[in-house]
Amino acid sequence: MTSADTLKGFKRDGRVVIVGASLAGLRAAEALRDEGFTGSLTMIGDELGEPYDRPPLSKQVLTGWVPAGGTTLPRRRDINAEWLLGVPADGLDLATNHVHLADGREVPFDRVLISTGVRARPWFVEAEAALDGVFVVRTREDADGLQRALAAGPSRVLVIGAGFTGSEIASICRERDIPVTVAELASAPLVGALGAVIGDVAADMQRAHGVDLRCGVKVTQLEGDAQGRFHRAHFDDGSTIDADVAVVALGGIRNTEWLRDSGLAAGPWGIACDTGCRALDLNGLITDDIFVAGDVARCPNPIYEYRLISLEHWVNAVEQAQVAAHNMVSAQADRWPHLSIPTFWSIQFGVNIKSVGVPTFADEVVVTQGSVPDHRFVAAYGYQGRVTAAVSFNNAKWLDHYRQLIETAAPFPPPCPTPDEPVDAKPVPVDFPGPTLLAQGATVVVTGHDPSERRVTAAWQHR
Amino acid sequence: MTTTESPDILRRILDYSARADPYPLYSELRETPVALQEDGSYVISTYRELTGILHDPHLSSDVRNLSRPMAAAEARTTPSFINLDPPEHDRLRRLAMRHFGPPHTPGLVTGMEPDLTATVSGLIDDFADKQQIDIVEDFAYPFPVTVICHLLGVPREDEPQFHVWVNAIIDSLDYDPKTDPKEKLDNGMQATTDLREYLGGLLEQRHGRPGDDLLTRLANDDGPDGRMTDDEIVSTANLLLIAGHETTVNLITNGMLTLLRHPQVLQRLRDEPDLIVPLVEELLRYEPPVHIIPWRAAYSDITVADTVIPKGSQIMLMLASGSRDPDRFHDPDRFDPDRQDNQHLGFGSGIHLCFGGPLARLETQIALTELVRRLNRPRLVADPPPYRPSPILRGPIHLHIEQS
Ligand SMILES: Cc1cc2nc3c(=O)[nH]c(=O)nc-3n(C[C@H](O)[C@H](O)[C@H](O)COP(=O)(O)OP(=O)(O)OC[C@H]3O[C@@H](n4cnc5c(N)ncnc54)[C@H](O)[C@@H]3O)c2cc1C
Ligand code: HEM
Repeated sequence: MTSADTLKGFKRDGRVVIVGASLAGLRAAEALRDEGFTGSLTMIGDELGEPYDRPPLSKQVLTGWVPAGGTTLPRRRDINAEWLLGVPADGLDLATNHVHLADGREVPFDRVLISTGVRARPWFVEAEAALDGVFVVRTREDADGLQRALAAGPSRVLVIGAGFTGSEIASICRERDIPVTVAELASAPLVGALGAVIGDVAADMQRAHGVDLRCGVKVTQLEGDAQGRFHRAHFDDGSTIDADVAVVALGGIRNTEWLRDSGLAAGPWGIACDTGCRALDLNGLITDDIFVAGDVARCPNPIYEYRLISLEHWVNAVEQAQVAAHNMVSAQADRWPHLSIPTFWSIQFGVNIKSVGVPTFADEVVVTQGSVPDHRFVAAYGYQGRVTAAVSFNNAKWLDHYRQLIETAAPFPPPCPTPDEPVDAKPVPVDFPGPTLLAQGATVVVTGHDPSERRVTAAWQHR
Repeated sequence: MTTTESPDILRRILDYSARADPYPLYSELRETPVALQEDGSYVISTYRELTGILHDPHLSSDVRNLSRPMAAAEARTTPSFINLDPPEHDRLRRLAMRHFGPPHTPGLVTGMEPDLTATVSGLIDDFADKQQIDIVEDFAYPFPVTVICHLLGVPREDEPQFHVWVNAIIDSLDYDPKTDPKEKLDNGMQATTDLREYLGGLLEQRHGRPGDDLLTRLANDDGPDGRMTDDEIVSTANLLLIAGHETTVNLITNGMLTLLRHPQVLQRLRDEPDLIVPLVEELLRYEPPVHIIPWRAAYSDITVADTVIPKGSQIMLMLASGSRDPDRFHDPDRFDPDRQDNQHLGFGSGIHLCFGGPLARLETQIALTELVRRLNRPRLVADPPPYRPSPILRGPIHLHIEQS
């Protein structure tokens, strides 16, 4: 689709299919209509019901403030789409431009947007995961179930994994005066995302709020009673704990299995794309009609040495949706790159945590403003002498400044003092537990000898 | 290069002759986004640079960080939080906000709507039959004063007394030792002392008494941050009293003036009352009450648009110029209540973002809606109207209109 006429024709009566009808999918659909796309629009989603928002599921929904059904995403405009809900897509045929549905239907398209996001990583033993009282939190059904279990007044809740979601859930438990144990393999909560310095602050916060926080331990077994109800967990140090509810908060798995045979660069790390949200194929070549947005996308960011980065951030999903939609209906010369600095927020234990940039892309961290003991501060992250990220605890108003520092590759540590500078503002090593995404085994193999023959195949196809 | 000497433009802006229409001068000023003045101060006038520096933690609101002390009267007393930096600013603002808005006191402002409407209706009843009205004296001044007095717990009867003090204080804000009589500064200082003494007297009676007004609540509060000292309460009350009406008066007056200059919009507002919400936002951009934040200081070196502003420098922020920057706002000199993405600088930005924004918005929305609904074919008597002296808090001193 190159000539101006074909593009015009496509905008007028082309066929766009969006797979994954949640935040990124809906916002992209709205943006497509905003851009003047009048062709047919099909939304494919395996969840039933209106697209809804997930951040409240580990926050207001669990306090009981907002019912699980009450987080429907606001519609910014009418999108006039055909909705195919309740059935997953299970294949993408790029030779004939069709999406296959699990019930056998085939949906043709001219351009497709993939926004299938992430699902919760389940507990690794299926029978234990199926016990009554064992939860994950990704969908509104999950949150509804957990909310009810919390409302029933459990004697204790066990949260497995102290990332953002796990920590938020622990916070809600304390707010509801429910005893809670948090088990985390790393040295402190949030360490994987924010490093050990901030992790220690998060640990203090949890303990100050009465969380029984156990770090450096692994839960090995969830034990049920005769009725199949969860009642005890075993740790790798031989200890046990009794609880009626276990929340498995071990992160997510990207929904890419359905693209196995599609020939796209899709795997456990997401779907690789360019900054214009166009998918790469297995060989790393750019495709023309396949776009990706949201949690499932893995997009290069020039600020971070063009590394491919996957983000499970709300703002990122919205912005990529916008860019993808624009590029779907624009000629090459008018396309936009997605170049924004990532931002993320979380609310836990009465503290508003916000970040800009990519904290894991750092070797040092320094508290630049405020007071760590008061849980009001900003910390800047640096990589080889330039600012790459910042995190604020109850101090979000300053982050625009740090975004600018990141955008302009300002020197790290920021040289000039500020009025609210902590007494001991020395950079320290950032101390991450190590690359979490390595060690997943090979995903592709390369074959052929001549440049014209060299090709990549997916590892599962090769085996 | 962003720094050149353009003292001339600033002087012309501050000169009273520019009061009725400073905007063409702002446009000239913006050619040098960061302009070094003869006296070593810096003037910032473009949107991007203004928002950048307003979020810059190296920018201080505490005039004690200026390398050359400022003359204005305000500099001589216990600063209120508008003139403080974190962590003190944050603590005092939090303590005050506990009684003014979310999360601790949500719904305070929206709950005031019936009272505000009643006050407005009462004022309009008083002049509904008159042919000649001074929008300032008869309406735009008494309305927000009544509101802030009630909120703070300051007796409305004392208004004539503190009106004089507040005027003297605002007059002295732009005191320039080179051109102004020393009297202007002395008056301001005396008024500051008198107003503080007056508020201190009120506060004394509030300790240990129940009551819903802000003074009483501040005097008896025990939150997670503790309690303000009496000195801090007096400074805060002083700030709220002044900030709480001087600005809103001008927004309401500028609003009426702008509507009378755009009769089609006035008619539209009659037919579509919901237009008032975006219309007030556009007013805050197009004819804002606060034109200049005059006394910011570089706590340490600050880099703005490739210019390094050295530690201790005085920085003037030309907010009203930023809100008319064509690099940020399409067709910026057009009054367009349908404008999208209207992130004006009318309330400032960053940690000192106006504390009273929600209240000021609601007051102005109700005031203009009711004026437009009830005035009968209003016409301006003089255009431009006469202006107050201040280039900082800029607005008409009278707005005479006639109606049929
Ligand atoms: C509990 C929780 C709290 C969060 N809190 C925050 C927060 O505080 N701040 C923040 O920035 N972010 C937060 N997030 C992350 C944020 O919600 C995500 O970034 C956002 O939902 C991403 O949107 P998406 O559309 O890309 O993916 P998703 O919302 O995951 O949507 C993908 C959709 O595709 C569907 N799907 C998957 N596979 C198929 C298939 N084969 N066929 C058809 N449909 C399919 C899925 O069922 C789902 O409906 C939170 C997430 C969760 C779960
Ligand atoms: C239209 C009316 C108003 C306008 C245009 C206005 C404008 C502003 C501006 C520009 C600032 C920023 C000053 C700075 O950064 O130094 C500010 C701060 C402030 N305003 Fe307003 N204001 C208005 C009404 C009010 C009202 C009604 C109140 C009180 C109820 C109020 C209380 C304050 C306070 C306390 C501050 C200081 C905030 C801080 O330092 O954190 N204002 N206002």
